[in-house]
Amino acid sequence: MSLLNHAIPLNWYLLLSAVLFSLGVIGFLIKRNLITVFMSIELMLNAVNLTFVTFAYQWNAVKGQIFVFFVMMVAAAEAAVGLAIIIAVFRARGTLAVDRINLMKL
Amino acid sequence: MTLLEFVFWSLLKVAVATVVMLMGIAYTVLLERKLVGRIQNRWGPSRVGPFGLLQPLVDGAKSFLKEDLIPTAVYRPIYLLAPLISLSCTLIFIAVVPFGPPNMGPHRFDLFEISNINIGLLVILGLTSMGVYGVALAGWSSNNKYSLLGSLRSSSQLISYELALGLSLVGVVLRAGSLNLRTIVKQQATLGMATWNIFGGLQFIAFFIYLMAAFAETNRSPFDLPEAESELVAGYHTEYSSMKFAMFFMAEYGNMINVGCVATLLFLGGWTSPFGDLFPQLQSTFINLFAPIFWFVIKVLAFLCLYVWVRGTLPRFRYDQLMNFGWRFLLPLAILNIVGTSLWLAFQ
Amino acid sequence: MYLILFIVFAGFCLAGAINLLLQTHPINSALSLIVVMTSLAVLYLLLGAEFLAIAQIIVYAGAVMVLFTFVVMLLNAGREERTLGSRAARPIGFTAVVVLLAVFATVILRVQGLNPAVLGHGLTNAPNQSNLVLLSQVLFHELLLPFEVTSVLILIAILGAVAIARREGAERTAEK
Repeated sequence: MSLLNHAIPLNWYLLLSAVLFSLGVIGFLIKRNLITVFMSIELMLNAVNLTFVTFAYQWNAVKGQIFVFFVMMVAAAEAAVGLAIIIAVFRARGTLAVDRINLMKL
Repeated sequence: MTLLEFVFWSLLKVAVATVVMLMGIAYTVLLERKLVGRIQNRWGPSRVGPFGLLQPLVDGAKSFLKEDLIPTAVYRPIYLLAPLISLSCTLIFIAVVPFGPPNMGPHRFDLFEISNINIGLLVILGLTSMGVYGVALAGWSSNNKYSLLGSLRSSSQLISYELALGLSLVGVVLRAGSLNLRTIVKQQATLGMATWNIFGGLQFIAFFIYLMAAFAETNRSPFDLPEAESELVAGYHTEYSSMKFAMFFMAEYGNMINVGCVATLLFLGGWTSPFGDLFPQLQSTFINLFAPIFWFVIKVLAFLCLYVWVRGTLPRFRYDQLMNFGWRFLLPLAILNIVGTSLWLAFQ
Repeated sequence: MYLILFIVFAGFCLAGAINLLLQTHPINSALSLIVVMTSLAVLYLLLGAEFLAIAQIIVYAGAVMVLFTFVVMLLNAGREERTLGSRAARPIGFTAVVVLLAVFATVILRVQGLNPAVLGHGLTNAPNQSNLVLLSQVLFHELLLPFEVTSVLILIAILGAVAIARREGAERTAEK
């Protein structure tokens, strides 16, 4: 059973989370479709959740995990409202391209 | 037990469970055709083998040998992926279903469940929610208006009824105080039928809600709107042929079995006998090994027969009726059931 | 074992995230995000957070992403077009992200004294007490008010979503 006991440092989890977060930021910057931009935001939220779970593991803290639970709930609410807004924008403008939704621009 | 032995036994369990599940799916199809045939005053399949018992094998061979047509306008990667998602979500399900008490095998090995985990019920809900993708993506990637309509109907129906399904199970979880399926069964086992959740546990309202939601979740009549043949040709799998169609077909019947397993575990006392400890426990290892499986299979079969009976009897709902029923009737009823159960438990 | 599991699922995570950026069709991006989320759920399991792992699957992969694919299908969103605006934003954004990531990475790799992650170690090592029990005790005793407030938030979000997405004049046609 020695194979089961192999350990890895927690830093790797944090690094993975940082990389995922950066990928989310990049996606937010380069994607031009409203829905995909929104997905990038979800990716960033997920990356942060991973950090929370890692630190909950480090400090044996239940509240870290509960925070993730709250983030999930709020993300679900946010997704519902966000997608409703996207549908409304699509009805009004007939497009999902971020560059074409520029009525409020100077 | 060494690691190697553990891996060997686990692989064996997975293989046996998968084969049994696939055979079960094949014979559920036959059961349905036979029963519906009798309900409609005809024989059903009766040519291949005695009483048509070999019909599923012939059907399987037929779907293998048919030409595999892929329409030119489909979105290929997702079109090919969708049936796989559907079928795998169905087959993974069996991994958390316990067929019998723990510690029956050699070295106190868990013979009757692939993985005994403390969040078994949640895993089941998770798999149900992942199953939506197979149907939704199939309809979208087929590039056909009937398929798309079918998959849109199906996704919204599945999401709507998942709420009622999840909430109907909360009453049972409250009574057992655990999400482990074995604990839930053990809690109903003491007096046989009198302590089953559906009777002694006073969860018959939850069972009714679960039943309705399960019909909707598995896209079965009277809620089979995603594949309503009189409106949508065949719904989301219109463009699928041969083995890919067979995968959707198997997923549908596999889901029926899964739903039956969950109903058995949560409401009908799982693998325990309906007579409880009325009879003294026999000392024969053989009987102790096979009695749980016998009761489990009997209960699932009864549930499947109920399914087929409903299909043979009730006409299809209209779409707005379906949505109204889910949101305005089942959901409030489920919440009331939770409130009632918690009050009752607190009172005790 | 732990190493293999971590590498495989972290790899899935990264591959999914990169694929999300490279794909031009929103449905492909949505599918790769689902891959990211499910493999994150496995990583949560490795960190001993089994309730969060399954909540991740049910809430994120099963509900939020279904909504996303549903909207993509409903609006029939096609391939996205590359425009000048994105090209102009790229150099600044990229450098900022790379600097950010470099800072994060150095800090994370410098940090000493973090526990090693091993299999079968969660919030509690008591054999009969599960993660679920601990979580629910804290959630329903200490944090009951935030929990209730979140439920109100979700209710408001549902109402808001219905109000926003509703087609204008829907009531009038319904009356007719």
